[in-house]
Amino acid sequence: MALPALLMFFAFAVVPLVGVVLLSFTSWDGIGVIRPAGFDSWRAVLADPGLLHSLWVTFVVIALSWAVQTPLSILLGVFLAGHQPYREFLAVLFIIPLLLSSAAIAITYKALLDPNFGLGAGLHIPLLTQDWLGEPALAMGVIIFVVSWQYIPFHTLIYQGAVRQIPRSMYEAAQLDGAGRVRMFFRITLPQLKYTIITSSTLMVVGSLVFFDLIFVLTEGGPGDATRVLALDMYKRGFQANLMGQASGIAVILVVLGLVLALLLRRIGGGSSSASQLEGM
Amino acid sequence: MTVDSRTMSRRNFLGLAAGTAAGLALAGCGSSGPNDTSGGGGGGGGSGASYWFLTGPPGEQIRQASVDRFNQANPDTKITSTKFQNDAYKTKIKTAIGAGQAPTIIWGWGGGGLRSYVEANQVEDLTSWFAENAAVKDRLFQSSFGAATIDGKIYAMPAETVQPIVLYWNKEVFDKIGAQPPQSWGDIMSLVPKFNDAGVAPISLGGQSRWTNMMWLEFLFDRIGGPEVFQAVFDGEKDAWSNPASIEGLTKAQELIKANGFVKGFSSITADSNADQALLYTGKAAMMLHGTWTYGNMAEAGGDFVSGGNLGWMNFPPVEGGKGDPTNTVGNPGQYLSISSKATDAEKETAKKFFSTAVLSDAEVKEWLDNGAVPIVNGADGQIGSSKDADFLKFVYGIASNAKVFAQSWDQALSPTAAEKLLDNIAKLFQLSITPQQFANNMNQVIGQ
Repeated sequence: MALPALLMFFAFAVVPLVGVVLLSFTSWDGIGVIRPAGFDSWRAVLADPGLLHSLWVTFVVIALSWAVQTPLSILLGVFLAGHQPYREFLAVLFIIPLLLSSAAIAITYKALLDPNFGLGAGLHIPLLTQDWLGEPALAMGVIIFVVSWQYIPFHTLIYQGAVRQIPRSMYEAAQLDGAGRVRMFFRITLPQLKYTIITSSTLMVVGSLVFFDLIFVLTEGGPGDATRVLALDMYKRGFQANLMGQASGIAVILVVLGLVLALLLRRIGGGSSSASQLEGM
Repeated sequence: MTVDSRTMSRRNFLGLAAGTAAGLALAGCGSSGPNDTSGGGGGGGGSGASYWFLTGPPGEQIRQASVDRFNQANPDTKITSTKFQNDAYKTKIKTAIGAGQAPTIIWGWGGGGLRSYVEANQVEDLTSWFAENAAVKDRLFQSSFGAATIDGKIYAMPAETVQPIVLYWNKEVFDKIGAQPPQSWGDIMSLVPKFNDAGVAPISLGGQSRWTNMMWLEFLFDRIGGPEVFQAVFDGEKDAWSNPASIEGLTKAQELIKANGFVKGFSSITADSNADQALLYTGKAAMMLHGTWTYGNMAEAGGDFVSGGNLGWMNFPPVEGGKGDPTNTVGNPGQYLSISSKATDAEKETAKKFFSTAVLSDAEVKEWLDNGAVPIVNGADGQIGSSKDADFLKFVYGIASNAKVFAQSWDQALSPTAAEKLLDNIAKLFQLSITPQQFANNMNQVIGQ
């Protein structure tokens, strides 16, 4: 009964993947005829110093988005799983960014952050009237901010569900032993969330690896190439510079990186030793 | 009364069904887009043709008016149009051509982009058609055929307007500090601190678009070393970018940036949003180097900025010690319409009929003139006298016809591969993250590509 899923996977994942690998051994401008070119495209891609820079920028984006999103998502998830007053109303508010389209969000923020006609300039607040998308460090900060703004709700939902699963009896037992809220969070909640953290982190890391639409609309990889992540580099090479062979090479690199990162995360999480976390319950 | 939370109660199910129905209804309300004038999609149906072109006033409305006129006169072979924003169009058209879904009539800038279509056998050779229809050919500016000719054959019909790049200035802002428009590069550099002190950006620039930065380099190179400097690059001469005139031009550009000549935040302003033009007409910037296509938008969106006579214009001033002719200019000698070679014969015939009857018809010529643009039709200057933008039109016509050399924009003249590398390096140069030497070294590696 896994046949339909297998067919979809084969048609939409395996076939294009094989296609891209084959394309990386050709030289094609996207308009004319595809010419086999052996390792030429690969050599051009690997020798380009721009590739190392893109890899570094991608790594920074992954690391920073993880560092910002995970703690906030866990805290919000724990909060939403509780029973505080107005929790449901706040939950609805927090989910709204998740429902919006990435491109629409990016266009809106771009208008808000315009150094001359944006929010800061309109309200005459000098601190907000920076060159947000024109300074390399600020541009990176803005991207991390907007990505976090959009995706924290998603991970919050994951953590909320996971926290709801933790048996109340554990907390009651800890309370009897005299543990405070903070102690309970670090000694009960976090360890119980271990596998959820692995799942959420895998989604976050692999997601930020191929992140494209928000960065493209906000900065187009700029200023210069300060925010040119791998996916953007691939797009520019393929669709703007007409170098489809090289772009396919970068696509293959992205696939390999994604696989390596996902496997690494699994390994950190204790591999397949799916030991029960509810021993003694 | 408690509802068992583990099973899907009837209330929950009805709620879910109603929500789904409401969602679908809302989804259907949205408009489909990009802008489509009729139901047709990419390839035209039957013997009609499809035509893709750019958005943005006034060109968008004028092109659509020509299509409408043609469709009225030829109801059996209608043309469907689809419109795109400038930078998005540049990518979209390539993907469409590569996927075999090109429109019948392909709008473009000629030059290197057209050459890439020709090498992929995607556009029709129109040389013989022009030979048969000499009347159509002879009406147009001779100089506009340069960018349409690849290896001696004509692959596109020159259309629309001539668009040199000019230096605009805000007369009100200049009057406020009692300054005169610059007559040389030295004047520009000395005006910069004066405007900065008065709290006005000296020069407006939409730097994120990159080709806007390129316009400054185009003129610096030409004024310092003449058109031969870039011609060497175009012809594929080795190390052409290391020419002393080239290095001097790159250095002068960086000097201007270091002196805070450009508006703060220029690297995050895109030209497609017209924010750079807004800076000029709201008085936040004093000067702007841009194409003449912006005149129409500034006239419309700037309130009484243009009609009140506050917009000044001039050709780029000479650089002291430079050997370039000060009448030279750079920009788009025209816009170019090609016919997809993959279209059906009927569609190609419709397109050719559109070329000979509707493109640059007398009505269209009048509309361009009314919107402050000079169509590439011989004798158009005779009709200028009666237009409300007569001064600007005469100025543009004068530049275009008197220019000793009218060079094509670099990113359109070069192949897309080299152009992308060029724009990339220009962005880095304007960010001050590479030196002129490094720029020259990087670009020398892609000469002739």
